[in-house]
Amino acid sequence: MSTQAPEQPAADAMAAEAPPIRKRSSVWVRFWRNYGLALLFVIAMIVIWQLWIKIFDVPKYLFASPTAIVTSLQKDWARYLEPNIWPTLSEVLIGFGISVVVGVGLAIILHLFTPLRRAVYPLLIGSQTIPIVVLAPILVILLGYGLLPKVVIVALICFFPIVVNGLDGLRLVDDDFIAMMRTLDATRWSIFRKVEFPGALPSIFSGMRVAATFAAIGAVFGEWAGSSQGLGYLIQASTPNLQTARIFAAILLLTLIAMALFGLVSLLERIFCPWVSRGGAL
Amino acid sequence: MGEQSVGVNGGGAVASAGSNVGIAFQGVGKAFGDVVALDGVTFEIDRNSRIGIVGPSGGGKSTLLQLTAGLLEHDVGTINVEGETTTEGRLSRCAMMPQRDLLLPWRTALDNAMIAIENRGVTKKDARAKTRPYFEHFGLAKFEDVRPDALSGGMRQRVSFLRTLMAEKDILLLDEPFGALDSITRGQMQEWLLRALGDVPRTVLLVTHDVDEALLLSRTVVVMSARPGRVVRVIDVGLQTEGHSRREIVTSPEFIELKESALEAIE
Repeated sequence: MSTQAPEQPAADAMAAEAPPIRKRSSVWVRFWRNYGLALLFVIAMIVIWQLWIKIFDVPKYLFASPTAIVTSLQKDWARYLEPNIWPTLSEVLIGFGISVVVGVGLAIILHLFTPLRRAVYPLLIGSQTIPIVVLAPILVILLGYGLLPKVVIVALICFFPIVVNGLDGLRLVDDDFIAMMRTLDATRWSIFRKVEFPGALPSIFSGMRVAATFAAIGAVFGEWAGSSQGLGYLIQASTPNLQTARIFAAILLLTLIAMALFGLVSLLERIFCPWVSRGGAL
Repeated sequence: MGEQSVGVNGGGAVASAGSNVGIAFQGVGKAFGDVVALDGVTFEIDRNSRIGIVGPSGGGKSTLLQLTAGLLEHDVGTINVEGETTTEGRLSRCAMMPQRDLLLPWRTALDNAMIAIENRGVTKKDARAKTRPYFEHFGLAKFEDVRPDALSGGMRQRVSFLRTLMAEKDILLLDEPFGALDSITRGQMQEWLLRALGDVPRTVLLVTHDVDEALLLSRTVVVMSARPGRVVRVIDVGLQTEGHSRREIVTSPEFIELKESALEAIE
C-alpha cells in the first residue's frame, strides 16, 4: 500500500502539528519537591521529641526518646526484633495477597452479575461493622495458634477497601465508552476486558493502598489474640516489663512494614497504570 | 490527495441488493419520562449518501443518533437502517464516532484504532498489521505507539475516525465529531474529513450544531427544532465540493444562500 518511501512527507499538512512537550526535571529535584517538606517535618518532630524528654527528664520506662529507640534497635535486634519480624511480615504479605485476589475477584463477580451484587453488597457492608478485635479471638479458637488465623484476620481487614474501590471503579466507567464499544462489535466480555477492567485499575490500586496500611494492624490484632511470636506479640510481651524503648522499636518496624507494602503497591500501580499521572503523590 | 484511496474495505457497502435505503425514519418518537426528545421525525437517505442533522442543543440530535445505532429503543414509528429494523440489526450496521474522542488512555494510538478488528476475534498482531498502514494516510505516521494523552486534539479525532472506519460498517454515525476542537483546527479537520469521506463511499449521518459543518460535509441537511425535536426543514445541498477548497466552498454565494435558509429554519 503506502509502506515504501518512509521519508515521504506526510499526507497532509496537519501531520506537522506538534504533540504537547513534557518537561522532566531531575530525580533529586522531584524527590525534594515531593517529599522535602515531609522529611523536614519528621526531622523537626524527632528533635523536639528528644529535647522534650531531655528537658523534662521523662523516665525511660514512661516514654522512650529517639536515641533510646535507636539503642534498642541495636541492642535488641538479634535477640528480640529480627526473629519477630519474619512471622509478622509473612502474615502481612500472605494475608494481603489473599485479600487482593479475593477482593478483586469478588468485585469483578459482583460487577458482572447485578442480582448477586444486590444480594451480597449490603451483607458485605454489614460485615464490616463487626470490630476485628472481637473477631480475632474467635478465629484463634477456630483455627489455632499458628499462622492461619493471623493471615485470615489480615485478609479480612484488607479485602473490604479493595472490593469497594474495585466495584466503584468498575461501575463508574463512562457509559459513552461502552456505547462506543458496542457499535464496534464488542462482546460483553471484550467490553469488560478492554474498557471496564483497565478503567477500574486505578481505583483497585487506591483500595490496595488503603488496605496496605491496614495489613500491619490486622497482624498485630491477630497476634494479640493468641501467639508466641511476631512484632505484635513482642509489644504485648514487653509491656509488663516496661521495656518502653523496645516497644517503640517494634512499632517503628511495624510502620516500616506498612510503608514498604504501600510503596510496593504504588510501584505496581506505576508499572500497570502508566497512563495515570499522580502529580508526584505517593 | 488525488487518486490515493483510503481503501478500507466496504464490508459489504454494495452487498445486500434490493432497496437502496440507507437510513429511513418514519414518524419516529422518543420520550424519556415526560420529556419528549423526538416527535414525528421523518426523513430518508440513500445508501452512500451523507446527511447532516443540525439544530439547537437539547433538540434530541444525539438521541436520534443513538436510535439509528440501535443503542436505544424508540417509542413509535419505524427506523430502517439498510433494511434492519431491530436494535441488534441496526447495531450491526453502524459504527459511531463519539463527540469526545473517547480513546482508551491505556492503549496506544495504533491499539485504539484497531479495537474493532480485535473485537471480531482477530489477534492483536494481525490487527496491528492491518491497521498500521492507514496511519500515514491519516497524517499520523510515527505516532502509532504513542498514548492518546501525548497527541493533539486534532490527532486524537483522526485516530477516533480511523477506529470508526476500521469497524468496516456501512454506516458511519458522527456525533459532533469536532465539537471539542478550536475553530481553526475544526476547519482543518472538516476539510480533511471531506476528502477522507470522498475516498470511502459510506452512508454518513452527521450530527452537529455547526451549520457550516453540516452543509460542507453532507448532501442533505435536516434542520431540527428545539425540544421536542421535530424536522423543521430538509435542505438539498448539492454543492460541488470536488476540486474546491473548504474556503472556496464556504464563501461561495450558493453556500451562503443555503446557510441563510438553514439559519432561518433554526430560528
